[in-house]
Amino acid sequence: MDNFIQKIEKFIEILIDHKGYIKVLEGLKNTLLIAVLGLIIGIVIGTVIATIRVLPKYKVLPRVLNTICSLYVALFRGTPVVVQLLVFYYVMLPLWNAHMTGVQVAILVFGLNSGAYISEIMRSGILSVDQGQMEAGRAVGLSFGTTMIKIVIPQAVKNILPTLGNEFIALIKETSVVSFVGAADLYVAFNYIGSNSYEFMVPYLTMAIIYIILVLIISLGIKIMERSLRKSDRRH
Amino acid sequence: MIDVINLEKHFGDNKVLNGIDVTINKGDIVVVIGPSGSGKSTFLRCLNCMEDPTGGQIIFNGVDIADLKVDINVHRRHMGMVFQHFNLFNNKTVLQNIMLAPVHLNCKDLKKAKRKNARTKFANLFRSSGNKKPLQEITETKASIIENARTQAMELLSRIGLEDKADVYPSTLSGGQKQRVAIVRSLAMNPDVILFDEPTSALDPEMVGEVLDLMKALAKDGMTMIIVTHEMGFAREVANRVLFIDEGQILESAPPDEFFAHPKNPRLKDFLSKVL
Ligand SMILES: Nc1ncnc2c1ncn2[C@@H]1O[C@H](COP(=O)(O)OP(=O)(O)OP(=O)(O)O)[C@@H](O)[C@H]1O
Ligand SMILES: [Mg+2]
Repeated sequence: MDNFIQKIEKFIEILIDHKGYIKVLEGLKNTLLIAVLGLIIGIVIGTVIATIRVLPKYKVLPRVLNTICSLYVALFRGTPVVVQLLVFYYVMLPLWNAHMTGVQVAILVFGLNSGAYISEIMRSGILSVDQGQMEAGRAVGLSFGTTMIKIVIPQAVKNILPTLGNEFIALIKETSVVSFVGAADLYVAFNYIGSNSYEFMVPYLTMAIIYIILVLIISLGIKIMERSLRKSDRRH
Repeated sequence: MIDVINLEKHFGDNKVLNGIDVTINKGDIVVVIGPSGSGKSTFLRCLNCMEDPTGGQIIFNGVDIADLKVDINVHRRHMGMVFQHFNLFNNKTVLQNIMLAPVHLNCKDLKKAKRKNARTKFANLFRSSGNKKPLQEITETKASIIENARTQAMELLSRIGLEDKADVYPSTLSGGQKQRVAIVRSLAMNPDVILFDEPTSALDPEMVGEVLDLMKALAKDGMTMIIVTHEMGFAREVANRVLFIDEGQILESAPPDEFFAHPKNPRLKDFLSKVL
């Protein structure tokens, strides 16, 4: 027990006196930045892919686009995200002669990656919306795209919100590998504290707690959002 | 107003419509009846190209809209449609349901007109002073479009006695209220014709009357309507022509008195003996 208290004291010493908390805040910021921006990019890509995949298929263009989307989804679902990060950072960037920070690479790769997963979620969401909604939109003269954006996708999003929330939670947890491309996330911060105190138990435990708190907060946020979205189902 | 010429619709090998010829004039109230699966819905859905016809022509206001190259969205504005299951937009309030299409489409037209004027203005820079093209006059703004649509929507709602429901979501309405809102939603586009596909079939019996009454009122105002229904009493009272469709063909077309009193086609006789 004494031993454990000692470890905590040491951890606090590094956290406060040696400005470890700055690293932690920085790490928290990067973790959230990667997850949130990744999710937003993912939703945009996922929605576009899902829309293409539900397009009527008797013309050539939708069929070509559909094939491209299938390939995209297969590629990103078929490889581990760590591999995607490494390939992007160490293969693509040098090939393009481009310079990006680790955080930027992580945001982009997680966006592309979650886009593939979200496209499947979004597609099932779109298919769960009654076809009569699209027909009614078309019948008053709105185009396929307008009806999709104004009528179908909002209802689809409402239907898949819990699943989308789970995707966000998964994303937050998965970002803990971004140190592979040199992005300073929560893991990097606590690893730094650990290495400086030659003691990893308390830092990693704290890290775990922070992840749990993040996940709990997001779950709560989803519940609140669901409730406010459900108002269109309630009787007045 | 609508000339249907040899309309055909096949789903794969399933030949649902086999050469339909009919002319709908302005002010016509045409009721379509027929056995289940005879192609009544398919016929109606082909009229506004909800299903693309596989053959024949649909001349609407002088344009063959069965032609896939035609921008169907432009023509659908002039053709309302009312569905069996109402299909109100679930994520929009009653008022938004009615205003959505007029606001969106008029704003789109406004943007188009503005863009065209900008192009003309630019081109005019290079034209000699006598040669300049006039600009299109634009009197509307986005705000005025929204205001007009709102006023019209509220008028329509008061017509059906549902002003107080303007800001609720469709899920809170009864079936009859939903269908009446759906009808005025299609009216908000000031269509030339409204297509009804079994508008009362999904309603509880006590709500059928209110919807039929609204449709009768529209008929009195001179609206052109094509109605698929099983309400024979309504057909008799309101229609000026009744069509009998079976196996994708119009087997009889007559004014209601003659249609019901002296049916000629044997299958129609058989059908009427079952439903009347
Ligand atoms: N989208 C579709 N794909 C394939 N077949 C279809 C489709 N829509 C309709 N059909 C077929 O077309 C035939 C006619 O259907 P339709 O809905 O027009 O009949 P209906 O006269 O409206 O019948 P009901 O009185 O039951 O509404 C049916 O055999 C149906 O199976
Ligand atoms: Mg039908």
